[in-house]
Amino acid sequence: MRLFRAHVLVCAGTNCSLKSNKAVQDRLVREVERRGLADEIKVVETGCFGLCEQGPTVVVYPEGVLYCRVTPDDVPELVEEHLLKGRRLDRLLYREEVPAAGAAVSAGPKAFQTVPEMNFFRGQVRIVLRNCGIIDPESIEEYIANGGYEALGKAITAMTPAAVVEEVKASGLRGRGGAGFPAGLKWEFAAKAKGDTKYIVCNADEGEPGTFKDRLILEGDPHAIIEGMALAAYAIGATQGYVYIRGEYGLSIDRLQKAINRAKEMKLLGRGIFGSKFDFDIEIRTGAGAYICGEETALFESLEGGRGEPRLKPPYPTDSGLFGKPTAINNVETLASVAQIIANGAKWYRGFGTERSPGTKVFTLTGDIVNEGLIEVPMGITLREIIFGIGGGVPNGRSFKMAQSGGTSGGCLPAALLDVPMDYDELAKAGAALGSGALLIMDDTHCIVDIARVFARFFMHESCGKCVPCREGTFRLHEFVENATKGKATPQDLQTVHALARTMALASLCPLGQAAPVPLLSTLQYFRDEYDQHINEKRCPTGTCRGLATPAKALSAAGKGA
Amino acid sequence: MVKTLEDLAKIKDKAKATLSARSAEQSTKVVIGMGTCGIAAGAREVMAAILDELGKRNLAAVTVAQTGCVGLCDKEPLVEIIRSGKPKVMYGRINAERARRIVAQDIVNDQIIGEWVVGTKA
Repeated sequence: MRLFRAHVLVCAGTNCSLKSNKAVQDRLVREVERRGLADEIKVVETGCFGLCEQGPTVVVYPEGVLYCRVTPDDVPELVEEHLLKGRRLDRLLYREEVPAAGAAVSAGPKAFQTVPEMNFFRGQVRIVLRNCGIIDPESIEEYIANGGYEALGKAITAMTPAAVVEEVKASGLRGRGGAGFPAGLKWEFAAKAKGDTKYIVCNADEGEPGTFKDRLILEGDPHAIIEGMALAAYAIGATQGYVYIRGEYGLSIDRLQKAINRAKEMKLLGRGIFGSKFDFDIEIRTGAGAYICGEETALFESLEGGRGEPRLKPPYPTDSGLFGKPTAINNVETLASVAQIIANGAKWYRGFGTERSPGTKVFTLTGDIVNEGLIEVPMGITLREIIFGIGGGVPNGRSFKMAQSGGTSGGCLPAALLDVPMDYDELAKAGAALGSGALLIMDDTHCIVDIARVFARFFMHESCGKCVPCREGTFRLHEFVENATKGKATPQDLQTVHALARTMALASLCPLGQAAPVPLLSTLQYFRDEYDQHINEKRCPTGTCRGLATPAKALSAAGKGA
Repeated sequence: MVKTLEDLAKIKDKAKATLSARSAEQSTKVVIGMGTCGIAAGAREVMAAILDELGKRNLAAVTVAQTGCVGLCDKEPLVEIIRSGKPKVMYGRINAERARRIVAQDIVNDQIIGEWVVGTKA
């Protein structure tokens, strides 16, 4: 075995690869060699570290020093200062405003030396992301070193399939794709369904705009998905699994395929796993980027080679899913949680989160927030803690206007609801949804009506057209909001929209049409005055909607005029 | 090839060392003086020997770090052994061979090699 005195971890998640992380890594390897340090220093490519806004990030262990926004030109100095001379390179250290939340006077940005002392990480509990940014995702050995495949071994050698189902049921794990259906219950239905051939499908189609957690989990810890799927297959009696993944997720597909190949070489997939009679194999199928294919029955249609349109339910997938066989279909994050639950027990898992929503949730933070990126927090944390604690608040001195939770099909929460606990039931009460875990933060320069128009256009574009309420409804919703941004909507239209939204929610075939009115309705509920200004006074308070009157102070505040 | 839980445990033990360098909770730390004086006196070879010896013995729980000149240039290469709850021990004029003995005798067997000690500090 070779030891190194320092490990230099370069984030190679998608967000960092967009910022030339590869060039940084190559330069690091070259510099380390040039300085004759190749025997002492190991350069490792990892999955997403979570701090995407600050990327490309480089972490140097054993100290755990985090360097941000590293460019290839910074590398020679970094190697010389930190690795050769042992001094921290101050100008690239992570900086955070301290104190973070609630204080009137900021002490100015403080340079943080190491990972554990950062606010960004202190508030997090990493179960799904425990390996992300720590291990090399292309090394099965590093996954095993962190306890990987032990849960699968334990399940196969010491537990019956029914016991695995019971454990997941007892953990209270709910589907992380958005609907929040209890995962254990789903497995139980699939296990009890009649039929010799059953399937486990991993839904990695992640089509919700603003969500990129599944992508980064797949990139950062692909073996966790394989282990989770194998556990699910063992529990329900399946021998074949499929991962349906977006075709655009090149790096995720690549890493997952490599991981599957390695697992097969190690006999952790294939025939007779752990010397038992349990056979299991996984195949990857790529989607073509249609939002509707994230819906489970449309996904099956697409997997079977058909046109991606939803089926009528019932029958539910656990009775008749893929190829008409009983199928358990789970989201990436759900499957990534399973191995930890089996390894540590349901009771341990229930120690996190709330009574009805146990465990942790991965969120993607985007929009007007200081630390854009990927975080994992216990269920039941408040929006305020996420945005102003971990997220670092709203940048540029602006104030918080709203947060959209759950992606484009989620509701919009105003500042008054910042203290709502983030779990499935509490958010549903507020007219929003936890959904996929996307959090889009907007500051006060944005016009609510204009944003609602963008959401409405998205649904109009993505409706598959199979059922009338969705096909026509999304078109009319968009028409209404577009008219409102042009000052052409009438108070009568508002009533029509409410009636239309009710019809869509009741009569649409699948969640696309059912959820399409949600963002519009929630903005109408919480920002009614802004709609009234657009409709009655023909005025846009933020100056976003062209052609409408704008108060002068809004213009100067937004920097859009004199 | 993983056929049994034991196979898995073997791979885990082997690979664990790779990861232990990525956590800050280690009990033993070896610090090597790597200022210009140290490097000129052969500290790089000492570092390589220590890493190699620790690797051979699977001693992943030991952190190896470098430091600058501590002012004792005459006694370089300097190697300091730091253990939680024990006095620091600093060895001077260490070469690759002596470095290997430090690993075997001090780090593994917990016996200070008195003749090379420059100083100790509680």
